[in-house]
Amino acid sequence: MIEVRGLTKKYGELVAVRDLTFKVEAGRIWGLLGPNAAGKTTTMRILTGFLPATSGQATVAGFDVFDKPDDVKRSIGYLPEVVPLYLDMTVAGYLGFVAEIKQVPKARRKASIARVIESAGLKDVSRRLIKNISRGFKQRVGIAQAMIHDPKVLILDEPTIGLDPAQIREIRQLIRSLRGEHTILLSTHILPEVTQVCDGVVIINEGRLMASGSLDELAASFDKTDGVLIRLRRGGPEEAALFRGLPGVAKVAVEGDEVRVEWSRGRDLRDDVARLALDKGLGLKEMRSMAGIEDLYMKIVSGGLEP
Amino acid sequence: MSNIWSLVKKEVRAYFSSPIAYAVTAGFLLLVGYSFYNALAWFNDAAMQMAQNPYYAQQININEMVFVPLFHNMTIFLVFIVPLLTMRLLAEEKKTGTDELLFTSPLTVGEIVLGKYIAALIMVAVMLGLTAVLSGFAFSYGNPELAPWLTGYLGLFLTGALFVAIGLFFSSLTENQIVAAFLAIVTLLLLLLISWVTSSGSGGWRSVVGYLSYSDHFGDMTRGILDTKDIVYYLTFSFFGLFLTHSVIQSRRWR
Repeated sequence: MIEVRGLTKKYGELVAVRDLTFKVEAGRIWGLLGPNAAGKTTTMRILTGFLPATSGQATVAGFDVFDKPDDVKRSIGYLPEVVPLYLDMTVAGYLGFVAEIKQVPKARRKASIARVIESAGLKDVSRRLIKNISRGFKQRVGIAQAMIHDPKVLILDEPTIGLDPAQIREIRQLIRSLRGEHTILLSTHILPEVTQVCDGVVIINEGRLMASGSLDELAASFDKTDGVLIRLRRGGPEEAALFRGLPGVAKVAVEGDEVRVEWSRGRDLRDDVARLALDKGLGLKEMRSMAGIEDLYMKIVSGGLEP
Repeated sequence: MSNIWSLVKKEVRAYFSSPIAYAVTAGFLLLVGYSFYNALAWFNDAAMQMAQNPYYAQQININEMVFVPLFHNMTIFLVFIVPLLTMRLLAEEKKTGTDELLFTSPLTVGEIVLGKYIAALIMVAVMLGLTAVLSGFAFSYGNPELAPWLTGYLGLFLTGALFVAIGLFFSSLTENQIVAAFLAIVTLLLLLLISWVTSSGSGGWRSVVGYLSYSDHFGDMTRGILDTKDIVYYLTFSFFGLFLTHSVIQSRRWR
């Protein structure tokens, strides 16, 4: 549904996106993950036709972004990083204006507005001025605006930025509820967003593609081991050495006040690790699973990994 | 076409849902009303004195003595008032990021520019229309000629249209509304001032410079002269302003 090949964007000397290639299948939710200034917004702006690329190709819903910009614009719903709201309009009035310029036929406009108000949960605020509603509602209006012409593709630039935790959860739920109807590409710089919402991910850093694929594929290909990080009241090297004795454990390392216990993928030694900690009275304070992607992402962001 | 209309509706609504339209219209009406009252009071005194002398009595002309100076005053008010109407049109969209919505919608840059232009033009027409009510007094208590009054108002509208095009251009250059308004006012004042050289200088350049200023073209129309060269002047320069605006937006996106 979205296909990008060899995309490059230069702002003068600065290369914002370098030879980027990736693909998103129809009906999936894909994350565009990278630290700030990685080129996420630039990539999305090129896909939506807001910016031209310096070189490379991109197609959305079968239309070339550069040759058929109007067809692409009709197929895309776009939530920019800064939500484009007219503060002096009411929510319903704003959605009506967007429906007009997105060329929703007049006969269907009312129904479209009602539909997005319903699915974005805006019923209670539809008559209020946008400047008087909360940040979370503004973000919802932004998403509603993107869905108004029922586009095949939704491109959401940092949809949860600046929201409080409850609002973040709501927006993520809203996005998940759109799976299947729309193909969604959303950008983020926080990993949990990807693991909670997305089916797959494109990781970029400094404009370059670092990894892409479904979450399972990535976890499998980059991490041969699975494991846990545990925090103990008595967590010195000697205590850590005890875990090495567990059958199946491949590696034990002390990292700060945490002990990392790894085993080969496919097994699950979490019970054994916990039991050992309890039996030996090590004072188990915390235990969490090692996320494969998290490690991968940290390596990419800190520059420790070449593509 | 329906795209342009959507934008026009949105802009006109935006004017009336903020204090801009009311403040600017009220200010304009106050200034015009005061000039009109002054011109009429002066005309009354002058007509009284001139009527004593049979030679001067024939020269009493309410069009020449009230409307011509009033119309000239009104263009000067427009120099300051139109930029206040146009400053936000494109600058605000850029500043708040709403331009990203417009440019990722299936709209052409031309439609966006025209929609904004027409909306501001409607505001100018409304303001001029309200001032025309004042002239009703002159028509009910005196007998001015209608033709020069009509061409005068046409001239005011065309001048307004030219000013809007120039104001829109400066609004496309910056995201700061104050800067946009200031640059537009300076440019409009310059266009007025260059007509003064035609009264002092000499040679071919004098007529060229004189042509550039709207002052002479407008002067013709206040006296009831409807010349195609004046209309062509207004249309050409308004179009040129819109063309520049279009180019600025287009080039910014491709940089």
